Amino acid sequence: MSDTVTEAAAPSLPRSNPVTDSLVLVWRNLKRLPRQPDMVVYGTIQPIMFVVLFAYVFGGSISVGGTNDASTYREFLMGGIFAQTMAFSVASSSVGLADDMNKGLIDRFRSLPITRGSVITGRVVGDLAFNAFVLLVMVACGFAVGWRIRSNLWEAGLAFLILLGFTFAMLWIGALIGLSVRSVEVASSAGLIWLFPLSFISSCFVDPAYMPDWMQPIAEWNPISAVALAVRDLCGNPVGNVGDGFPAEHPVLLSILYIVAITALFSWLAVRKYQRTTAH
Amino acid sequence: MPAIDVAGLGKTFGSGKQSVRALDNLDLSVPERTVTALLGPNGAGKTTTVRVLATLLRPDQGTARVLGHDVTQEPDTVRRLVGLSGQFSAIDENLTGYENLWMFGRLYGLPSSEARQRSRELLELFDLVEAADRPAKTYSGGMKRRLDLAGALVAHPRVLFLDEPTTGLDPKSRLELWGVIRDRVEQGVTLLLTTQYLEEADALADSIAVIDHGSVIASGTSDELKRDVGGERIEVVIHDPTRLDVARESLARAADCDVDVDERPRRLTATARDGSDTLVRVIRELDTAGVDIDDIGLHRPTLDDVFLTLTGHLAEESAPQSEEVAS
Repeated sequence: MSDTVTEAAAPSLPRSNPVTDSLVLVWRNLKRLPRQPDMVVYGTIQPIMFVVLFAYVFGGSISVGGTNDASTYREFLMGGIFAQTMAFSVASSSVGLADDMNKGLIDRFRSLPITRGSVITGRVVGDLAFNAFVLLVMVACGFAVGWRIRSNLWEAGLAFLILLGFTFAMLWIGALIGLSVRSVEVASSAGLIWLFPLSFISSCFVDPAYMPDWMQPIAEWNPISAVALAVRDLCGNPVGNVGDGFPAEHPVLLSILYIVAITALFSWLAVRKYQRTTAH
Repeated sequence: MPAIDVAGLGKTFGSGKQSVRALDNLDLSVPERTVTALLGPNGAGKTTTVRVLATLLRPDQGTARVLGHDVTQEPDTVRRLVGLSGQFSAIDENLTGYENLWMFGRLYGLPSSEARQRSRELLELFDLVEAADRPAKTYSGGMKRRLDLAGALVAHPRVLFLDEPTTGLDPKSRLELWGVIRDRVEQGVTLLLTTQYLEEADALADSIAVIDHGSVIASGTSDELKRDVGGERIEVVIHDPTRLDVARESLARAADCDVDVDERPRRLTATARDGSDTLVRVIRELDTAGVDIDDIGLHRPTLDDVFLTLTGHLAEESAPQSEEVAS
């Protein structure tokens, strides 16, 4: 071991900058993607599978808005698949943070003079970029099965902003889960298990009009339904029998309210958990 | 002003019957530019102490100051002044060695160019230049530890905490890491390290604090502690039990100290103040006295000996190191 470098006295370090801290940690989370190609592949295969399953296996026998037409269903389906896929992004932040915690990285970050929220922000924004890529793959998939944007560019743009906003909100839930569990395996199942009923009792795949009466309000007020309906609305796709309640009439507003509420609540909880957490 | 000043530190994990008293009125003072080893078995409270000092854990009682700054009142100031390298190599295995160091440099607030230069400097210092651009997951255990330690040094910390820096390393990697740590100490850093090995404390530390059940039960230089424990010991097993008294006298004369006698195994034990020189004198004396020797040897004090002497119990795991309930 060489010792040719002599060190100066400790310099006084500049104050931490929340933006720089977060950007460095976003950089870190993006840098690892090309080095974990398997993660990228599996992250996109699952939503593609859902598209194929519902478009061609179930699609023919699911009725939307009173018609059994398969191409109508496929156009209806994509808004739901987009919303469901983005909801499932919870697993990326929960697994990522649980992994960091197990490897002692969270401890190390907590011992550094950085802003409190920057580690989770870095993770959430990095995962948002990854999920935007997944969404792009989904859009290509949608075009392949006959989904089209039938409105204008502005409305479609708002639809995708809502999808990304929803992902951002869900990633904070994942962050809280990742910091609360003790292993990567648990983080993976705890991140997903509750999303299955949540995404199926919604208007993602079927028209809630055909659900039992007591279940319909749950499906209508479900945040995933709100986002799915907002996307269908904004892209000019078939929406099914939506009825005339508040969720049916103001899906865009409701989606934005959900996004803001979930982000506010869970970012607060996750940062609080981060400060109190210990790995070993 | 001591670099590290800890008074009456207390920390309990959990509550009720499940609770574990991890720190119990722990006092510790480390002068600047010195090396202190916290020596103790698993669960003694070593890691908890380091975690409190590194601002990762809030104590229930007592105060802890680093370079005059209270760890609970001014955690951000403390974080700027210290470096921490834990038992687990806390590096991002998907990043290369260079990228890891650059990232830590940036997070310590170094400008990008300075972080870049400092990373290159440390990679050279820690003999990682060839592996610099490989993802850290391809590194050996020793390389990961060196990278982890380098990460703690990026921002020229004035105080360095090393939590069991060589646990799990093979002897060669351990010696290499010791060399690196000694270099850092020569550069004027204050070091607090925890270890389960007396040998390691001996090799690196100016002063040793023996810790058990969350408090310091003895402290001093390595020599002082060994003197307390009895330093190196000579053990002799003689052939003829009737000659025990003669052997005891010879041994006492040669070693110039009290001699313990175990009659059943015909064993005599004495302190070897001059190590092998004492051993030679003892053999000569016993030979002159005509005592037949079955077995004779020099035994270095181990952590077990230190513990046995200081606490009356062996250095077993005294409490689970669980901090899962910490919140």
